[in-house]
Amino acid sequence: MDAILLQVLNGLDKGGAYALIALGLTLIFGTLGVVNFAHGALFMLGAFCAVTIREVLTLSVKVKDESVTFFEAFKEVPYLELWLGETGKTIIDWSVPISILFAIPFMLMVGLVMERGLIRHFYRRPHADQILVTFGLAIVIQEIVKAYYGANPIPQPSPELLSGTANVGAFFGLGDNLVYPLWRLVYLGFALVIIAIVFAFLQFTTFGMVVRAGMADRETVQLLGINITKRFSIVFGLAAVVAGLAGLMYTPVLPPDYHMGMDFLVLSFVVVVVGGMGSLPGAVLAGFLLGILQSFASMNEVKQIIPGLDQIIIYLVAMIVLLVRPRGLMGRKGVMED
Amino acid sequence: MKATPTNTSDMRMVLIFSVVVLLMPIWLQPFGAAYPDLMQKFAIFGLFAIGFNILFGQTGYLSFGHAAFIGVGSYATVWVFKGLTMNIFPAILFGTLVSGAFALAIGYVCLRRTGIYFSILTLALAQMSYNLAYSVLTPITNGETGLQLSLDDARVLDDPIKEGGGIPPTNLFGLELQAFDGLAGFYICAAFLILGFYIAMRITRSPFGSMLRGIKTNNNRMMYTGLNTRPYALAAFVISGMYAGLAGSLMAAVDPLAGAERMQWTASGEVVLMTILGGVGTLVGPVLGATVIKYFENIFSAIDKSVLADLYSFLPDGLADVFVTVTGLFVGKGWHLTLGLMFMLVVIFLPGGIMEGVERIRRRFSKQEESN
Repeated sequence: MDAILLQVLNGLDKGGAYALIALGLTLIFGTLGVVNFAHGALFMLGAFCAVTIREVLTLSVKVKDESVTFFEAFKEVPYLELWLGETGKTIIDWSVPISILFAIPFMLMVGLVMERGLIRHFYRRPHADQILVTFGLAIVIQEIVKAYYGANPIPQPSPELLSGTANVGAFFGLGDNLVYPLWRLVYLGFALVIIAIVFAFLQFTTFGMVVRAGMADRETVQLLGINITKRFSIVFGLAAVVAGLAGLMYTPVLPPDYHMGMDFLVLSFVVVVVGGMGSLPGAVLAGFLLGILQSFASMNEVKQIIPGLDQIIIYLVAMIVLLVRPRGLMGRKGVMED
Repeated sequence: MKATPTNTSDMRMVLIFSVVVLLMPIWLQPFGAAYPDLMQKFAIFGLFAIGFNILFGQTGYLSFGHAAFIGVGSYATVWVFKGLTMNIFPAILFGTLVSGAFALAIGYVCLRRTGIYFSILTLALAQMSYNLAYSVLTPITNGETGLQLSLDDARVLDDPIKEGGGIPPTNLFGLELQAFDGLAGFYICAAFLILGFYIAMRITRSPFGSMLRGIKTNNNRMMYTGLNTRPYALAAFVISGMYAGLAGSLMAAVDPLAGAERMQWTASGEVVLMTILGGVGTLVGPVLGATVIKYFENIFSAIDKSVLADLYSFLPDGLADVFVTVTGLFVGKGWHLTLGLMFMLVVIFLPGGIMEGVERIRRRFSKQEESN
């Protein structure tokens, strides 16, 4: 029982990442009709926002080590610690959450520049061209990050307060054996909050209403005198922010490297396809569902029966879904069904 | 519209193509690219791109997983080397057939969808094969190390060990691929390239080829005429998978090892780029694209900081450093950055590739003549 619950939890935090990326992909596809192969690169850029902020915060200076008395010794001390003392230490400790403040405007800007500068010119081109140009862009972003940060993963610690484990079992009254890394729970909560914000934004604000109307019938909305293009580019920026934050908060779980985006992108595409192209709830549902399935497939008990199932389960599910129900779990009838 | 291609003009094209390919060791010399390793790459990737073009250029299905067939072809070939004989003929035949069968299975699933769905499905399946090759299939693929020949392989038909020890070299009925400074290997690859080119041309000109173009232009209309297009698309998929498998087999033949990194999505993306750069849907375009990319890859990745420093030595020191750092991003290990940029630029400005560029220039000149 505990083992099963543990796998569900395991699946939920990975599923959270899938769901967030898939949500952005679906938003972009639903509004702009563009298949964004560079979305994984945005996820990766978000993760490297955390890396950058941590590097900036821990900019260090050599000072004399007072604890060593019998010879001259130096140690590296971050400026922040030097100037602010304990507060500085805390700030550095919380660098990952703090970098969110920087990542939001940065990712928004990246998204807007990408849309205005490149994607905009591809609305009228065939889907194949859109795929190709965003694919090229993904390579470029990846290689720039690689040139600057190198090819090795850069581990990011989570804040000390959140880096322990939580006794989930005791909390829910299910026995004491269900212990789980706290940060992953935080990530799950974070993903849920972001998803809730996106849905609330689309559902309860005027802006969201217009965007939804534009998704349903772009031309009519334009005929009503609304500048839907402008709103759609903001939606693109938002999708970029969502992907970036998903990557940023994931850094303590998975040390970021330059190709993490592509790994997640392929899976997120599968998630979108399973959920139904153009369906936001479908993307979220399929994200969590596939995450959980994957973690179950990587249980040792399952691996003994079917080795390697964890590597292919997502693709298998995707194939079955596409063959049996081509529009995906929650896809609307007639949307991209061919 | 160009004049309808006739049999004679086609034969002339094959002839010119063959002559150009066969004379590569001569006319590539001024470019510094006339060594067998690189020319083999031109031929192999040319084949790969020709095959990819049958699917993408003619039938209109953008596959993002074609590198998987390269990998399958390579593995199958190396297994024949290990188990049966070092003669490349049965090995290549087996590699091509196995990847054909693999393509049949994958195509059967993927071709149920078109457009983006097809691209995503092929990408997913290729990633899956890549993951499997690295993990569970290690007994077959030898995981990260890659599949290599060893002295205790069975090689039922040959002696497992050559006279004087060591692993016997790959050969074609006794002709070693390394013979004549590797030129033998190049000419074998070139022969396959010419054969592949000829077959691709016959396919293009055949009723089957026009069926494929019909699918690309308007699949619905083809369906409305009461024709089931899927078998035709599947046939195109299998054919292009076999081309890729053949390319993979030849890779293994000239250098008998196979690794999973050949199946990565970047490799799939590379062949897409080759085809687009040369000219989608044209016959010569893909080969041209493959040659250009492999040529620049070879040149660019060989350049390092010291070469750049030499190049900019005429500039004042500070400025030279800046130039070295900036251009250093694009060469050596950063070659992929150049590739990505090239990719974007071609898609943005020249969707028809080099062939379209040539056509545009030609048209401009002929217009000028007319106005005169």
